[in-house]
Amino acid sequence: MSDFIPDIRAFCCHYTSQQTCAEENTLSNSGFPKNITLTRVVCTGKLQVSTLLKAFEEGADGVYVVGCPLDKCHNVKGSERAAKRVGAVKKALQELAVEAGRIEMFHQERGFHPEFIAVAQKMDKRIRAFGPSPFKGEEQ
Amino acid sequence: MIIAERKPVSEIVEMIRDCEKILVLGCRGCVTVCSAGGEREVEILASLLRLGMKKEGRAATVIEGTLMRQCDKEFIDSMDQWDGQYDAVVSMACGVGVNFIANLKPSTKVFPAVNTSFFGGSPVQGIWTEQCAGCGNCILHLTGGLCPVARCAKSLMNGPCGGSQDGKCEIHSEVACVWQLIHDRLERLDDKEQMLQVAPIRDWRTAGHGGPRLVNRDDLTV
Repeated sequence: MSDFIPDIRAFCCHYTSQQTCAEENTLSNSGFPKNITLTRVVCTGKLQVSTLLKAFEEGADGVYVVGCPLDKCHNVKGSERAAKRVGAVKKALQELAVEAGRIEMFHQERGFHPEFIAVAQKMDKRIRAFGPSPFKGEEQ
Repeated sequence: MIIAERKPVSEIVEMIRDCEKILVLGCRGCVTVCSAGGEREVEILASLLRLGMKKEGRAATVIEGTLMRQCDKEFIDSMDQWDGQYDAVVSMACGVGVNFIANLKPSTKVFPAVNTSFFGGSPVQGIWTEQCAGCGNCILHLTGGLCPVARCAKSLMNGPCGGSQDGKCEIHSEVACVWQLIHDRLERLDDKEQMLQVAPIRDWRTAGHGGPRLVNRDDLTV
């Protein structure tokens, strides 16, 4: 069994993913993987492609974004824009022969709910299966 | 404006295989407006090139810059600010920019990061359509402002051809027959008699068939 612990970065909408406001222990006690770093953003529509790529440059093995449902975005089209930008990064990863699944977009209802933990666990499981990021080069 | 689209990253990584210091150079002209090669796209491509080279275990540095334009000598001259920091330029400008760098920097390697596509416009965000072919002999005054050179698949001067059906071009059901549009528009403008004129055989020399073209404005040269 590999002892690989992935470095995963999650960018979460301030409005949708209110778990990002929770105490760290509260989250981990709910089953949220400790190897996921949360960044709360005012709106996922503010995320640029370069921000997502920078996370990989900084050593992330996987990246995901949690935003509002497409038809319930607090800023109308913010989460739709985010999904498009995640799509652009997926395409770029494919061009570099890297698993597109290393980045993902999730749309979730507003409030505290178990799905927030579920997608974190899903990404953790997926990235563990992929193994270390090929962008880490010699550091792997 | 000139419309361009970024090449696949893998293709660009391959171009710079032997380079160690790369300047990704954007342009604030057309390619900024069509989101292909402005400052934001430079940041994205530089990041992708760093990732791509790291994946291949290559040690290389990638720096970023954006010029006001890459199609004027004065701005190409300002590349001096990065002297010594690069051994190759990946230009995100249109093909004009790449040529200008090659013309004015004889010892500098320069590679194209975008495919220069056409002269066009954006009817809705994220979509660009071809509107002008830059043929050098504009006939839009005869065709209601709609260009058959760029927008007719056969560049017909007396259209439509027999392949036009229900206002669509025979090459694709989603492509409008521009000659249908021209006829409809001239009728709306009460100028359909214009369509009774038969256009003569066209001289294509102005469209580049006579070699590279030149505009020489004597009133502007000093």
